[in-house]
Amino acid sequence: MLDQPLIKLILVVAIVGVTVMLNRSTAGARHEAVRRLMLVAFVALALVAVLFPPFLTSVAQVVGVGRGADLLLYGLTVTFLGYVAASYRRLRQMEHRLTVLAREVALQHPSTRQDDSERG
Amino acid sequence: MTVSPTSDDAVLIIPVFNEAAVIAQVVRAGLAACTRVVCVDDGSTDRSAVLARQAGATVVRHPFNLGQGAALQTGMQYALEATDAEYLITFDADGQHQVADAVAMARHAREHDLAIVFGSRFLDDRTRPGWLRRLLLKSAVWLTNQQTGMRLSDAHNGLRVIRRDAARRVDLRQNRMAHATEIVLQLGRTRLPWQEYPVHVLYTDYSRAKGQPLMNAVNVLVDSILK
Repeated sequence: MLDQPLIKLILVVAIVGVTVMLNRSTAGARHEAVRRLMLVAFVALALVAVLFPPFLTSVAQVVGVGRGADLLLYGLTVTFLGYVAASYRRLRQMEHRLTVLAREVALQHPSTRQDDSERG
Repeated sequence: MTVSPTSDDAVLIIPVFNEAAVIAQVVRAGLAACTRVVCVDDGSTDRSAVLARQAGATVVRHPFNLGQGAALQTGMQYALEATDAEYLITFDADGQHQVADAVAMARHAREHDLAIVFGSRFLDDRTRPGWLRRLLLKSAVWLTNQQTGMRLSDAHNGLRVIRRDAARRVDLRQNRMAHATEIVLQLGRTRLPWQEYPVHVLYTDYSRAKGQPLMNAVNVLVDSILK
């Protein structure tokens, strides 16, 4: 439980962060900017990892993970969780908008028996 | 059915999804007791909408299936905007509720100045669910009470009387079955006076076949936690 405390701390914080994201209200432009900055950082890290594999391994060792590949896997897991959380939220929002729209359409066209007989 | 006093200031709201087999009968029974019956056709693929109209209901139609919670919200919105009914009665389409119960609940609300009357099948022993259904329902009751801070004896009972002022403060966002918890939560937050009232839920083969299967309980649980 208490071996490799650093990486465990980092990963647990990341997972908790994702969970919080799931329940937080959407911020607008700031949220968007943070996402883009994270994407840039991700690309930079990916490049470094590809061009200088030993660098990744040394980072891994700093946080207490043996190999760079392991660190990559951990990172990927957390990133994927984040992706799932974000798309879940987006879907929920979209579903709500769709519901409001469908409801408006429905309320504009209430029909009764007379409507059927008029149509023949 | 026995002749029951009618309720002129109440509107019956029935969410309908593919109920062609029973809807006409339910609507006619409803019209005998309330002046207006509103069916929210939740994108049925059968003749439910036509049959409901022919039986005398006003039909509001979702362009595609959204879920019972969404249908209820649409029905309440319609009742608030297009009618001047003082009491909105939510009612299941599958024939498991009794119109006489609905009328009695509306009268109870009127006489005791209640804003909300929840139907409960566990206040007397008329309703006979099987042991599995009873276990499932009782778990749902416990969970709903935990989540809402209310003390109800029944949950996921579709028969409710909601006075206009209370209905105005309901905004269901749970499109599917978790709305049953959400509506209790929102009605509880209005701090308006409420009571439970004993009702008889009739389990027919038809309503059993349409009922929520066990696995659906998992969906309800997850939906009501992850908003």
